[in-house]
Amino acid sequence: MVKRGYVRPLDLKHGRGDLTHGSGGRSMVQLISELFAKHLGNEYLGQGNDGAVLPAPTFNSKPGRLVMSTDCHVVSPLFFPGGDIGCLSVHGTVNDVAVMGATPLYLAAGFVLEEGFPLADLARIVESMANAAKEAGVPVVTGDTKVVERGKGDGVFITTTGVGVLPDGLELGGARARPGDVILVSGSLGDHGVAIMSKRENLSFDAPIESDTAALNGLIAAMLATGAGLRCLRDPTRGGLAATLNEIAGQSGVGMMLYEKAIPVKPVVAAACEFLGLAPLYVANEGKLVAICDALDADLVLNAMRAHPLGLEACVIGDVTADDHHFVQLTTAFGGKRIVDWLAGDQLPRIC
Amino acid sequence: MKYIDEFRDGELAKNLGASIAATVQPGRNYSFMEFCGGHTHAISRYGLSDLLPPTVRMVHGPGCPVCVLPIGRVDLAIKLALEQGVILCTYGDTLRVPASDGLSLMKAKARGGDIRMVYSTIDALQIARDNPQREVVFFAIGFETTTPPTAVAIQQADAEGLKNFSVLCCHVLTPSAISNILESPEVRQWGTVPLDGFIGPAHVSTVIGSRPYEFFAEEYRKPVVIAGFEPLDVMQAILMLVRQVNEGRAEVENEFARAVSRDGNLKAQDRVAEVFELRREFEWRGLSVVPYSALRIRGKYASFDAARRFKLDYRSVPGSKACECGAILRGVKHPQDCKIFGTVCTPENPVGSCMVSSEGACAAHYSYGRYKDMH
Repeated sequence: MVKRGYVRPLDLKHGRGDLTHGSGGRSMVQLISELFAKHLGNEYLGQGNDGAVLPAPTFNSKPGRLVMSTDCHVVSPLFFPGGDIGCLSVHGTVNDVAVMGATPLYLAAGFVLEEGFPLADLARIVESMANAAKEAGVPVVTGDTKVVERGKGDGVFITTTGVGVLPDGLELGGARARPGDVILVSGSLGDHGVAIMSKRENLSFDAPIESDTAALNGLIAAMLATGAGLRCLRDPTRGGLAATLNEIAGQSGVGMMLYEKAIPVKPVVAAACEFLGLAPLYVANEGKLVAICDALDADLVLNAMRAHPLGLEACVIGDVTADDHHFVQLTTAFGGKRIVDWLAGDQLPRIC
Repeated sequence: MKYIDEFRDGELAKNLGASIAATVQPGRNYSFMEFCGGHTHAISRYGLSDLLPPTVRMVHGPGCPVCVLPIGRVDLAIKLALEQGVILCTYGDTLRVPASDGLSLMKAKARGGDIRMVYSTIDALQIARDNPQREVVFFAIGFETTTPPTAVAIQQADAEGLKNFSVLCCHVLTPSAISNILESPEVRQWGTVPLDGFIGPAHVSTVIGSRPYEFFAEEYRKPVVIAGFEPLDVMQAILMLVRQVNEGRAEVENEFARAVSRDGNLKAQDRVAEVFELRREFEWRGLSVVPYSALRIRGKYASFDAARRFKLDYRSVPGSKACECGAILRGVKHPQDCKIFGTVCTPENPVGSCMVSSEGACAAHYSYGRYKDMH
């Protein structure tokens, strides 16, 4: 009789990722079963094949169209106030699918681990992903892990891909904004970016601020249920509100006029931006929504947003205008006007 | 935000705007230079020119630290990072300043240079302590505001016996730049740049005080009002300048009294004097070679001078022929007068340094005020 080999369980307290965890051997299988499958497991992931077999998507039992989106997550630090790379990688992709008007159905997750990465940290990240996926109601159905040599990665990178179903007849998109529409946001801007910056290695400061990272599919479903004339939804992540609105203005061939006084920014975020020499309109968000909608339906949408926990502070921040130059402009709290332009590269602090 | 919101009150600004409009004399044009990039930024960022009567014109001056940094200096820093393998630390905006061969510090970083952005000289010192086997160079730029922290870093490194830390010193002086502008033929002889007064620096003046400007007021008969960087400060200063012009006065007035005294920060001045001495001359972008306009590290601290340690020879490098940064920095031209403004030269691909920092006249106009050119 052949003795059944004893497999020492993964040391999730002190163990570290090594190259064998990505090489296709037993250690890799062990990492998958003891960590990924344990936390993320569901009937599709459990199929254990190279791909997951999924039922054809339907919306209210009618066939719909597929929406697919993918997002790489390379955030530093990996753990930050209000979240970590795990939940962020779920929220980011769920939101990208949801802002299309689709119901997110499934996620795929790819991990690139750096040799030496503590397994305890990986376990924390995977658990956080599992919780986020559960909360959003979107299972991770397939995944992949690779390990790169020490120095060739930054701890862990996570790529997630999401699939959702979009009912026929619903059209949202960046090219649909029209002059006269209004611009709404679901809450205060810049929380995520400032929370991250407050923990950067070379720049730690104590700001009582947490990342706003959250899945927006519930909020969006509530907005869509009103039947209001929504033109476009976006989550203003990298580049912040400014990048998102410039993108939409360009795609739709319109201009925009924002009202600085109406744009919600928490005092602590405003203060942090002030001393870092940054502008909150350019700082990333991970749980906020920008909506462009027909002016006549603005109240309907606002009420639906404010009735949802993620939209309590929803408000109108500006109008879509006719402008051949597609400028996003701002009426400053001071009463003057200026452009809110794309960012040139990263935001760098001024010297004076 | 306390102590900030008070100086950004839109209602007060409107009142000040109305006061300025009521104070300007009919048929008279007013042309004021805000020397500092911080003021340029505030004017653009808050749309202040919309609140001013059309007869009041603001000329953007050369007080933007990265804008006046000549190509040759950035080349030296890049050389240190790429050829000497040092860890080069510097302040944010400096990373984007265009240098020779289409490079900038940012691009040199992508080519493998170990270039790090720091928020303070203390961070640079810490990097030196953490990397005892590497040479760490702080690329020190800026006016009198950033000079004292560099002096402190050098003295601190000296006290600690930190052998791997040095400074590539490019600190420049505000008063000599103002003299240079006032002496320029455009202002003095031809009058093509009408200048009725200056908004004096905010942060620089906290260090040097208001006394150094008294000479300009007296010698050149130009009023100077030192003002803070908040938008209400700027509006108030403009009102004060208009009044001086109307009354034929040329005095130094201090709007920024909450931070600036006549003598300035004597402790900081002492530190600077201990560590630095005047350079005979220094090349500025836009103003070319200006005598006694910059600082270098004294012999006593020679071992912390990167120029001496790495035997660097400064070589002047001409800028792009099409770029009008020089004329713009002197107030002779507006950004939109430049042929390559907004076409070849944009914040993404700056040709001249005025397009680099949001304090620069070109970048400020491109990023904040471009819509005005449509009409």
